[in-house]
Amino acid sequence: MAVVNDVFREEFPVKGGDFAKAGVVACRIKELLKDLGLDAATVRRAAIAVYEAEMNVIMYAWEGRIDLAVSPAEVHITVDDRGPGITDVELAMTEGYSTATPEMRELGFGAGMGLPNIKRNSDVLHIDSRTGEGTRLKIVIRRNGHGTP
Amino acid sequence: MIALKDVLALLDGELLTPTTSPEAAFQKVFASDLMSDVLTAAEPGSLLLTGLANAHVVCTCSVADLAGVVFVQGKRPAPDVIGQAETKSLPLIVTKMTMFEACSRMAGRVEDGGHGRR
Repeated sequence: MAVVNDVFREEFPVKGGDFAKAGVVACRIKELLKDLGLDAATVRRAAIAVYEAEMNVIMYAWEGRIDLAVSPAEVHITVDDRGPGITDVELAMTEGYSTATPEMRELGFGAGMGLPNIKRNSDVLHIDSRTGEGTRLKIVIRRNGHGTP
Repeated sequence: MIALKDVLALLDGELLTPTTSPEAAFQKVFASDLMSDVLTAAEPGSLLLTGLANAHVVCTCSVADLAGVVFVQGKRPAPDVIGQAETKSLPLIVTKMTMFEACSRMAGRVEDGGHGRR
């Protein structure tokens, strides 16, 4: 944890395939954002975006890292993973499109809503994916009162 | 709005988390086995009806600010999951009713039908 120039930063590792730990990072980030005094709606949007991204790393990648940066106006979340990557990002953004296994679906995930829901809860979403290498998501959420639609 | 005690009576339910507040109340109801759908469409403060009984349900409710869970068809989560819910002050209820019957009984008891976001 570090605060430099009014920006709070912390990073969290995520292990691919570790379903038992699913949601741990999202819950931790939610508590941190609440402790930092962010409003409930912004905290919820960030927590949901992180949870979806965390599940994607666990379900599809080998390992990943979630970086959180909170400034007075915005929440920045960067998710880097090492994994198979997304072959067709546009297709992956389609609600309902999923490559999840039956095992993932039994856990209640893999309904093809992950990336669309991250977008829904973000003000800015950039996806950079390389097949066979991994994926980087850059998520920006404007804090309420700072231009959130 | 529907109170926890009314949910218990309506669904012949059993409260699995005795340490959570008996005064809890829910403005809306959302029903799904898909946590992806809960994260997408359920509104904060809702009561979730689900047939899924694992730790992801508690985590999802915590992340998305849902206020309680009803497990249908007598599905009981493991004791550690119940413990997690109690630490998050999330009431858990189990009913022997099917999802359809539980939803039928809940319908009309919450304002504007209790549907989620669209």
